[in-house]
Amino acid sequence: MTTESVLYILGLLVVAGPAVLLAALGLPLLAGVRLSEPSQARLTKTAVVTGLLAAVGILSIMLLTGRRHVPIELGHWVSIEHEHEHFHFHIKFIFDRLSVPFTILSFVLCGTVGAFANVYLHRESGYQRFFLLYALFLLGMVVSSLAGTIETLFFGWELVGLSSALLVAYFHERPGPVRNGHRVWTTYRIADAAFLIAALTMHHLTGAGDFEGLMGSGSWPDGVANIGSWQALAVGSLLLLAAAGKSGLVPFSGWLPRAMEGPTPSSAVFYGALSVHLGTFLLLRVSPLLDVSMPLRIAVIVLGLVSATFGALASRIQSDVKNALAFASLTQIGIITVEIGLALRYIALIHMIGHACLRTLQLLRAPSVLRDHQMLEDAVGEHLTGDVVSPAQPVTATQLRLYRFALQRGNLDAVLNDWVVRPFVKVFQLFDLLERRWTDLLSGGASRESDKLSPYSDSLEDVS
Amino acid sequence: MSELHLPWVELSILVPIVGAIWVSMLNNRDRARTHSIVFCSLTLIFAAGEWCDFASLGTFEAHDQWDVFRYLLDRDIFVIDELSAPLLPLAALLYLATVLTTLRTKINRFSFGWTLFSESILLATLACRHPWLIILLLTVATIPPFIELRKRNQNTRVFTLHMGLFVLLLVSGQLLVSSDASAANPPILAGCLLTAGALIRSGICPLHCWMTDLFEKATFGTALLFLMPMTGAYAVMRLVFPIAPSWALQSIAILSLATAVYAAGMALVQKDSRRFFCYLFLSHSSLVLVGLEMAKPIGLAGALCVWLSVGISILGFGLALRSVEARTGRLTLDVFHGLYEHTPFLAGMFLVTGLAAIGFPGTIGFIGMELLIEGAVEVYPLIGMAVVVAATLNGIAVVKAYFHIFTGTRHRASVSLGCRPAERITILIMVVLIIGAGIVPQPGVQSRYHAARALLEHRLEVDDQPQNTEAAESQAVAAEGANPFKSLDNLNSSNVLTTSVLQTIGQHNSTVTENRKQ
Repeated sequence: MTTESVLYILGLLVVAGPAVLLAALGLPLLAGVRLSEPSQARLTKTAVVTGLLAAVGILSIMLLTGRRHVPIELGHWVSIEHEHEHFHFHIKFIFDRLSVPFTILSFVLCGTVGAFANVYLHRESGYQRFFLLYALFLLGMVVSSLAGTIETLFFGWELVGLSSALLVAYFHERPGPVRNGHRVWTTYRIADAAFLIAALTMHHLTGAGDFEGLMGSGSWPDGVANIGSWQALAVGSLLLLAAAGKSGLVPFSGWLPRAMEGPTPSSAVFYGALSVHLGTFLLLRVSPLLDVSMPLRIAVIVLGLVSATFGALASRIQSDVKNALAFASLTQIGIITVEIGLALRYIALIHMIGHACLRTLQLLRAPSVLRDHQMLEDAVGEHLTGDVVSPAQPVTATQLRLYRFALQRGNLDAVLNDWVVRPFVKVFQLFDLLERRWTDLLSGGASRESDKLSPYSDSLEDVS
Repeated sequence: MSELHLPWVELSILVPIVGAIWVSMLNNRDRARTHSIVFCSLTLIFAAGEWCDFASLGTFEAHDQWDVFRYLLDRDIFVIDELSAPLLPLAALLYLATVLTTLRTKINRFSFGWTLFSESILLATLACRHPWLIILLLTVATIPPFIELRKRNQNTRVFTLHMGLFVLLLVSGQLLVSSDASAANPPILAGCLLTAGALIRSGICPLHCWMTDLFEKATFGTALLFLMPMTGAYAVMRLVFPIAPSWALQSIAILSLATAVYAAGMALVQKDSRRFFCYLFLSHSSLVLVGLEMAKPIGLAGALCVWLSVGISILGFGLALRSVEARTGRLTLDVFHGLYEHTPFLAGMFLVTGLAAIGFPGTIGFIGMELLIEGAVEVYPLIGMAVVVAATLNGIAVVKAYFHIFTGTRHRASVSLGCRPAERITILIMVVLIIGAGIVPQPGVQSRYHAARALLEHRLEVDDQPQNTEAAESQAVAAEGANPFKSLDNLNSSNVLTTSVLQTIGQHNSTVTENRKQ
């Protein structure tokens, strides 16, 4: 067996693990079969360990053979070829210095969180739903990390978005998590639209969605973009918008604290660790674009700086630990974005990995930290330091303004609501009103049956 | 012209019409429902047989073996081609799924006889390429919903006005089509009238209000069955596409694109679940029209793919919503209902079908939507991006509706709201189709791309041969001798022209077969 074939098999295993897990958890659900908790946990463990070992195997072979770029070609998923016309959906995975560490990180953190969630969600009614979405997320992360074409990356990107939004709304019998889940989904959809338009623009510029077509033949991070400055600015700006939505950079930061409504394991792995870094991962993947366009680079640095500053301010005044951690994450992501803008790519990658590990640990510890603290105090027999509240300090007007700004989370959600959501809704409500008048006119009276509907009540089952 | 191995098409049309007569004689509603399911199942089997048989022939068009109409009228009345071949089983599936998921609590409101009658009319429309017959069948198809509205004592003025105008425009437009009309020599006024008529039936903004009105006043099932087959788009393809120049088609595409975005925005602000569904459907059907009118292979292939994917996914979405409504009454979307706990299966189907409709990765709609967007951007680099905007808004609307109907509160049910076996089977079939075709999209895409190329080549061949028109016309007239449709044929330019290029198509067919073999 040659090295190539071993790499190919291992590469397939990395992706197949999460895909098989998704099928194994999803198909019984479809057939109405309820898997037991231990079975689901075993399946999850097997899939994660298989994927992780395969990824580590590839890393070992790469280190031993000195290879820095291992493409795994799965061919065309869809192909249309006719004279001058062609459409390809090419599936290709790339194992390189960027994707391998990120994939291993995904498996490690998802494995840790899977083990934690198995205990944390024991006998929860949504246990099965959680692990199904977990499998969807893992598959999305692995596909996004290893994607060799922009279409493949989009595929994984969408899976991550859907699973994240549904997990924010995990406790779906309350309106709060559901509203927040919908907010996250809306933000992600806007990011997805920007991503898709960027992919289309890239197709038109390079004739293919392959990253090599855009970044040149050099392996990451040494690739050189094959497109002009203005073209790089156009594609890069759209990708920056997509990354900002996914990573919760300003002005989309409002979804980060909202996402903390989900169960702690999902908050840890999705919004504290992996999902939130997917935007910066995208920027790293397309970082050769930044070398071509100085305005794009400046935009990345400015966005990173603004987000980091905002995150640092907001995290200081949050009254609950998960929100404080969410904004602390934003600070680090802002800094990572600045690093990417400054072309410090390895530092950004290391920063990302370190930050994801730290934040996962912090978020997993968050639910029990108070209890542990009290246990420690009981064991010691006295109050530990840090419980004493500092005496009030005189504040300046600037400090007060900053405090209010941070307390209101920069009014980012309010600004988006006032300037984007509300005008949009108002305009379409106006159209709705005009339509109502038109149909009333045609009908010669009230035309809408639905107006007679009373708000739904619990005893409305229409079974008679 | 190639022949199918059995008279699949005629059987598909005949079975539901026999069923309609039979069912209307039954007094027992339960038995009527059961018998309707049998008739719809048989129709689906014949329609699926037609598609499989047609696919095995590898030809552009075919007619039935032992074609009764051919013997009687000496001409092909029912001919299927690459456009219509998969639409017949899709339509039959639509009817079977709707009848299967009609609960006993609703069988007194839902007319099975009229449903089977409209199925027969729809299948005949899809199997027919003669413009006047298409117009006649489209007109007849408006009768069952009208009768239902009257029976329910609903105001029919909005529906009647729009459908009356639709029929009037089609008839006057077709009357003005001259015998030498083609895309190269377009009859502008006739084209405009035909286009306007077809666009009313497709619900292009601002002529769409009859659609929401129908959903408000008719039963959900009837409204679903009247709109879902997208016969407006079919009318565009059969009546307008052969004679309209590319610039006119692309202008229609822009109108459709505006409608797609508008309807997606409207879906987001609706408070009534049926109106929401109507706008969601309208947005998707407009996206199909966008692709159909681009007159470019990739965009057209995308539209044909989306036609099938939307047909299946929006059908599943509508049926899930209808099943929920059958248990709870009509739903408002401005409050949360929290039905997930009681109907997790329906909730899953609602989400999966909704996501498939918006082209979510791994579902049947993904590649079709990619092709459609690619085609739109190819023709209109900037305006084409509006397809992405429409898809984004639709995605937000679908998940919003899911959250409002299935989550957000804890619902206390006084009776079991669980799925019935028939619903469960329907859901499983839908999900298998959606995921199966999503994971293995190549055969479907290849087939639709081939159909798109064939349709465009067909159109171009008609353009390239205006000089042969007279000869072809005389040949056609001579060949058809005592044809009872003679007077109609004189007005039917596209059909005569179609005859004129049959030889060319035959040549094309052999090329296609060779290509396939290669």
